[in-house]
Amino acid sequence: MKALNEFLRSEFFFHFRREKIAVAGSVIVVFFILTALFGPLLVPQNPYNLQSLELKNAYKPPAWLEGGEAAFLLGSDEQGRDMLSGIVYGTRISLFLGVGVMAASCLVGTLVGLYAGYAGGRADTLLMRIVDVQLSFPAMLVALFIMSAFGRGLEKLFIALTLVGWVQYARTVRGAVLAERGKEYIDASRLIGLSPFLVVTRHVLPNVTTSLIVIATIHVGNVILTEATLSYLGVGVPVTEPSLGLLVKNGYDVLFSGIWWISVLPGCFIMILVFGINLLGDFLRDELNPKLK
Amino acid sequence: MWIYLLRRLMQMAAVLMVVSLIVFFVMSFTGDPVLMVVPPNATDLEIEEARRSLGLDKPLWIQYFVFVKNLTQGDMGRSYIFKQPVSKLVTERMPATFEMVGCAVLFALLVAVPAGVYAAARPNSFLSRAIMGGSLFGISLPSFWVGILLIYFFAVELGLLPSSGRGGTRLLFGVPWSFLTWDGLRHLVLPSVTLALGTLAVLLRLIRAQMREVLRQDFVKFARAKGVSSRQLLFSHALKNALIPVVTFFGLQVGNMIAFATVTETIFAWPGMGKLLVDSINASDRPVIVAYLMIVSAIFVGINFIIDVVYTFIDPRIDLR
Repeated sequence: MKALNEFLRSEFFFHFRREKIAVAGSVIVVFFILTALFGPLLVPQNPYNLQSLELKNAYKPPAWLEGGEAAFLLGSDEQGRDMLSGIVYGTRISLFLGVGVMAASCLVGTLVGLYAGYAGGRADTLLMRIVDVQLSFPAMLVALFIMSAFGRGLEKLFIALTLVGWVQYARTVRGAVLAERGKEYIDASRLIGLSPFLVVTRHVLPNVTTSLIVIATIHVGNVILTEATLSYLGVGVPVTEPSLGLLVKNGYDVLFSGIWWISVLPGCFIMILVFGINLLGDFLRDELNPKLK
Repeated sequence: MWIYLLRRLMQMAAVLMVVSLIVFFVMSFTGDPVLMVVPPNATDLEIEEARRSLGLDKPLWIQYFVFVKNLTQGDMGRSYIFKQPVSKLVTERMPATFEMVGCAVLFALLVAVPAGVYAAARPNSFLSRAIMGGSLFGISLPSFWVGILLIYFFAVELGLLPSSGRGGTRLLFGVPWSFLTWDGLRHLVLPSVTLALGTLAVLLRLIRAQMREVLRQDFVKFARAKGVSSRQLLFSHALKNALIPVVTFFGLQVGNMIAFATVTETIFAWPGMGKLLVDSINASDRPVIVAYLMIVSAIFVGINFIIDVVYTFIDPRIDLR
């Protein structure tokens, strides 16, 4: 409770309240998190349960259009699946994957960065070479390559996106370690007998957390976009567990017959979600960057 | 200078070597390619025969050396589906991709540079805020979805622009190009705009950030005091300095666009090498995938090299060593 009070009175929160854009961004993000967590309890259908679908309900337009039904608020797809339910479950997959990949990449990248920066020497050169080479290839293409080799699947997508994502964390953390390493307080903490692990995690790491927060926020949005793109290309999530990107792909085939809602609406949700994340990330970058103050 | 170039060339070769190693070994986990080659009703004996004739009975590392040896001779094998040399398949489709990427680059630059400069010069104006908000919006858009929206509005609803294929082409240096015919140009519009949007947004933000930093420097104040017109100050004094870091970034973005062309080409049925890649992935046509990855990697490495060299020309403070 005390911590919350302190946070509410902090300079950070004061600036946050004044930036309407940042508030809007976090409202969007919180809305999507709640949707992902509790949405499945509220929507009319479980879109993964194929027995509950009826073909006679196929291609229903959204409720506000002619021929729409209140039971299918955002219309239905070719199997009679309620779009709203599909979108809520898809949001869940997209968001969980985004956050999960971010957390895993952040963990791996931070450990590698700390080790490379602190150990220096050959290990550092080798690790940073790997990072450099990987950064010179577009993340999308590397992920596409990995997915094309291993095939569809949530866990494969998770591994592929993490393999692509850790490098930026490693580079940032290593840079910070190098900047701090020569300073006196690091020498001091080594002299009092702290192990290298404790020195880097307790004394060096706090210096990078702000940059890590900014990178991580934007990263979640990027992962969601990359996942959607891969699923659109047919190498992402399996057909039985449609993420938002796969829903867009499913709707593409019938777009030319004027049935637009199947691909347009899930895309809207991706866009709003990623936009919210980016708004927040933009605010955090300006706010946490000491150079701009 | 020459030593530096030589060293860079050797580094490039090393990177490509590593890429070939990774691509080869990862792809070798993707199932038995022999089953792709033989007819579905082949007997075990025929399968063994095919395996031997493809050299797939040998240990993996020997296969790798054969692969590299053939690679250096420009031979990347034959497609399982098209039954043609894959190097020919990929290079044939390259001009279509380059054409689309080129148009997208042009479009991105034409919009991003003036908009970025304006947003930096008048940071508080309403238009600048709209530009910056719009660019953040642009970053958040899934590009395939933008393509779908554009198709829906311009092709399905309004019927103004075609939604698939390259349209009419005309030969130039023996290669068919779409931008030389009116029909082809109309086909280029939607894919190029779709592809450009993401880059445009990021580029605009970068140019604005760089410009704002440059505009704070003393030489800008001096130029202003000297009476340089504000247009000249912005575009010839400040922009030149602001563009230096943009160049590196831009090289990476061109690579990114080639990668994202896979998506755009799939949406718009543009017969480029990106669509070939996606089709080959869905058909498990392994030689094509490998060839695409090797060729595109070589392009990326080449772009990085060129950017590094260009850098030294535009920024004399950097010394090649």
